[in-house]
Amino acid sequence: MNEILKLILDGEPLSIGQIAEILHRTEAEIEAGLAALKEKGIFLGWRPVIDPTKIDSEVVRAVIEIRIRPERDGGFDRLALRIARFQEVESCYLMSGGYDLMAIVSGHSLHQVARFISERLSTMDGVLSTATHFLLRAYKEQGFELVKTSHDPDKPTVSA
Amino acid sequence: MPRNPSEFVAHHVKILPRSGIRDFFGLVAQRPDAISLAIGEPDFVTPWHIREAAWFALERGRTSYTDNLGLIRLRREICAYVERFFHVSYAPQNEVLVTVGVSEALDLALRSIINPGEKVIYHEPCYVSYHPSISLVHGEGVGVSTSPDDAFMLNPEKLRQAWTPGCKVLVLNFPTNPTGGTADIETLQKIADFAIEKDLLVISDEIYSELSFDRPHVSIASLPGMRDRTLLLHGFSKAFAMTGFRIGYACGPRELIEAMMKVHQYSMLCAPILSQEAAIEALRNGAESVARMKAQYHRRRDFLVERFNGMGLKCHSPGGSFYVFPCIKSTGLDSKAFATSLLESENVALVPGNAFGPAGEGFVRVSFSTAYDTLIEACNRIEHFLDTRKSTAV
Repeated sequence: MNEILKLILDGEPLSIGQIAEILHRTEAEIEAGLAALKEKGIFLGWRPVIDPTKIDSEVVRAVIEIRIRPERDGGFDRLALRIARFQEVESCYLMSGGYDLMAIVSGHSLHQVARFISERLSTMDGVLSTATHFLLRAYKEQGFELVKTSHDPDKPTVSA
Repeated sequence: MPRNPSEFVAHHVKILPRSGIRDFFGLVAQRPDAISLAIGEPDFVTPWHIREAAWFALERGRTSYTDNLGLIRLRREICAYVERFFHVSYAPQNEVLVTVGVSEALDLALRSIINPGEKVIYHEPCYVSYHPSISLVHGEGVGVSTSPDDAFMLNPEKLRQAWTPGCKVLVLNFPTNPTGGTADIETLQKIADFAIEKDLLVISDEIYSELSFDRPHVSIASLPGMRDRTLLLHGFSKAFAMTGFRIGYACGPRELIEAMMKVHQYSMLCAPILSQEAAIEALRNGAESVARMKAQYHRRRDFLVERFNGMGLKCHSPGGSFYVFPCIKSTGLDSKAFATSLLESENVALVPGNAFGPAGEGFVRVSFSTAYDTLIEACNRIEHFLDTRKSTAV
């Protein structure tokens, strides 16, 4: 695996400067390496991972199970991509099991998300049904535990 | 005339010195916001799948004593792991003893082997308990210095010079706490040849073996003729980040394991069952967690070695463990003065090298069991400390 990618994926969160230091390269070389990975469509970009309960603005997220009618030529892809392109859709996956697509949708209010589902998603030609599950609380987000293991006050600061 | 409480303390315990680490701990404890690079345990919490196994065992009501030797399921896993990793075979039935950490294993080994007055050779700087543990069994410790010139490996010539009649045991610890010295196979072979020549039993504490960065770890027990004169001590504290579980083991010839088991059964009885259950999970499924932690230690080591050498404190690159042991002689300070004034002026805690024996004077132990960001900040402060001293001197 590409060494920059390996560092990003495995281990502590590192800045570009720290990655450069570890790999004995300049920051410009790391930036260029990331650009090359982007060019190849491997590295898609950075997203902040945020604990929504710690910020002021409200974020409402829902997981939506979608059943769709596959098409003779494109199977599920054409409709799946159409759904995925909406700004409200954070992620969209083709699933095995009782439904076809799973979309993670977010908005600033319950009302906004509900409107998106009822007015845009459900009414789409080829969408047979939707089942919406609103997210109530996050415990782990993209590998980050939101309910932290508390700092152990009994751990000695000096030990043999 | 009634005795006062101190008069009840046995003479050989009374004269035992307090660990230098203990004194330094008192100083650091007064500064709760200090950056501590003085910690001798992983900064990682035990991987979740291992903690969960202990939890599951508790849920199932696994709260009893176990066989004195330890759960047979664990002993089988240990033997399979030791064969895979150290390339030595032991029988789960009678050649492995599960202990309360390597510390207990070392104590049991010494208590089972040493008659009063017999000599034990060990290399220094070393883990703080070696010399006291030898004294507590009324043995005589013979320290052999190691130095950066030998990459903190035990020099076979120095070992030969230190040997005198009455030496019975050689204690080895590679990779070494505090120096990070590791054993290369050629030197280890010479040490093994010497042990055979002088009919020494080797107690080999290999607790940091998985954390070997530059070459595969070699156990002295795997060298020809050494299996039956070696007690291989290992445990879960460092590589699996399980210090608080207090779980380790000893592998060796059955006569020695039987002797250690006798002492263990009359003192400890058995290692805690929940820790044993957790250890089984660690051996079965812990390789990936170990590799992930090791990769981070490796990165941190490279960073620290470069920074210390860059700021003029000569620092040997440790082949293993999670410690670097830079030389601070160029500052004109002794180890304790360096560590104390660094703590006072920059709020960074290191351990003075002489806490690990006289050979550690002129060095400090720096643990890289701390997040990368924290290491950067600590190094910046150490550099500032050195710069300030230089400018004051001018």
